[in-house]
Amino acid sequence: MNPRGTPVALAARGVTASLDGAPVLLGIDLELAAGCWTSIVGPNGAGKSTLLKVLANLLPHEGQVTLAGQPIAEMPARMRARKLSWLGQYETSGVDLTVYDVTMLGRLPHQSWLATASALDVAAVERALRATQAWDWRARALGQLSGGERQRVLLARALAVEAEVLLMDEPLANLDPPHQADWLALVRGLAARGKTVVSVLHEISMALQGDTIVIMAQGRVQYHGAAAAAATQRALEQVFDQRITILALGAYWVAVPNQGQATSA
Amino acid sequence: MKRPPVQPDPPARRVGTVAAALLLASVVFLCLAIAVGSTGFESILMLRQDPVAWQIVVDIRAPRSLGAWLAGALLGLAGAVAQGLFRNPLADPYLLGSASGASLGVAVALVASGATPFAGEWLVQLGLTGAAFVGAVAAVLLTLLLARGVGHSLRLLLAGVVVGVVLGALGQLIMMLRPDVMLSMQAFSLGSTGFVGWSACALMAGAWIAGALVAWALASVLDGLSLGEATAISLGLPLPQLRAALIVVLALATGTAVAQTGLIAFVGLAAPHLVRSIVKTRHQNFILLSSLMGALLLLVADGLARSLVAPQELPVGVLTAVLGGGYLLWLLQRPGTRGGLL
Repeated sequence: MNPRGTPVALAARGVTASLDGAPVLLGIDLELAAGCWTSIVGPNGAGKSTLLKVLANLLPHEGQVTLAGQPIAEMPARMRARKLSWLGQYETSGVDLTVYDVTMLGRLPHQSWLATASALDVAAVERALRATQAWDWRARALGQLSGGERQRVLLARALAVEAEVLLMDEPLANLDPPHQADWLALVRGLAARGKTVVSVLHEISMALQGDTIVIMAQGRVQYHGAAAAAATQRALEQVFDQRITILALGAYWVAVPNQGQATSA
Repeated sequence: MKRPPVQPDPPARRVGTVAAALLLASVVFLCLAIAVGSTGFESILMLRQDPVAWQIVVDIRAPRSLGAWLAGALLGLAGAVAQGLFRNPLADPYLLGSASGASLGVAVALVASGATPFAGEWLVQLGLTGAAFVGAVAAVLLTLLLARGVGHSLRLLLAGVVVGVVLGALGQLIMMLRPDVMLSMQAFSLGSTGFVGWSACALMAGAWIAGALVAWALASVLDGLSLGEATAISLGLPLPQLRAALIVVLALATGTAVAQTGLIAFVGLAAPHLVRSIVKTRHQNFILLSSLMGALLLLVADGLARSLVAPQELPVGVLTAVLGGGYLLWLLQRPGTRGGLL
């Protein structure tokens, strides 16, 4: 199931999970290649975010998830946190921590209890904040930023972990087009440096810029293949009920909505 | 990248300034509170010659003022921990039912001590303090039991509300059946520092040092929690254990303060908000600043309660409610408080 034949960073075998008693994941088998950027796409309610949480061992589940070959559930929490970084959808409002302190939280897995930040931590935080162009507001409180600015800080927090595997749930939420482009360059740079990136995306055109795409529907993986493959693009059109068409635009593939289908439906 | 690391920390310097200011103000008001009372400055001047003046200053004013400071520190600490733990700016130390638990404990103790007329006054006092403490801690335990542990914040909050309402109703019922305890209950509900002696001070100081140390050491979990439970877990924090430890701090700090001074309103809610409106910082600093702020608030309120209508005294809880409530309202109305409050 690994289209590239490269080492596997994250794998799920026979994974099922429920939320409040309702089954959400119905037997997931998946291998995600190391050093690749994989996007998980699919209609609303397909179980994408739940899968991402299960891959990060943040939700109780049946079956096995392995990180670099090791069962993730049996790993010590801090070791797992150093190897795998997770960026969720923004849950809270009015966080009073400064941008700098929020980003420094990403260094928690590297710091011993009660230790102050080392020069290494400080350098990692600065790198992360500069990478998302958030360094200039480092003394401001997170709660005082706009949605897009906040998203860039939270991304910096996830980057500051400097983990081998980075999982992101809807990382483009609230980002304006220039910063979406920056995000794209950032993720490609991470993958080029051998990091594994997994992102849940609603922006199909963005997902098409990645290495591989996992298509989910109704709690199952429907398809997993290279983003540039014609079969993947057909599978995408199919999972969205032919309501999108994937077109070539110069060197890029883009997804455009089919309005005609909407009126006839 | 070989650039020297930049420490971008204007807030850190501000934290130091605020802490120093709060401590300095505390010392000044402590001196004032010890010097001034219903006998005016006279007692201080006569301290060496007059044994009565000595008694007034050393045995009454000093422990009472220090007690007010310590109870405020405990409530400020508990308030900051509660707001961080439940990620809710409306959370206060009495959230998990400890207030009604303490009231019920006092009501039961009052009824029981009424049945034994030979109990000395100090015994009654000790019994009431102990009963309030046991009531507060038992109520928190009951809340934890109903919420089936500390795993679910919303369930904990709801269980706290239920326990608060039910125990409160039981306390009211006792008052209905035994109207003779009503006056003492009323005094307890309004809060007072009038009965605080040196032993109570020592107890509160012990609880404060222990609670503040534990909360300070575990503060990073509150930082992590402010980004959401999933993020906190993804950072490798053992959330259930740390949360349980912080609830113990919350219960002991609140229980100790309530037992010694009754139900003092608003200090635990207002102190963290006051700190937040001055400086945005990590919980490690925030908890300690909130504690110092709570201490100063209650010390000043106690001073005012004693002097506003001297030689009569206002219940300090009434004053903290009026002052704290008024200040929060002002903070709410002030333009540009977006993010400062709520």
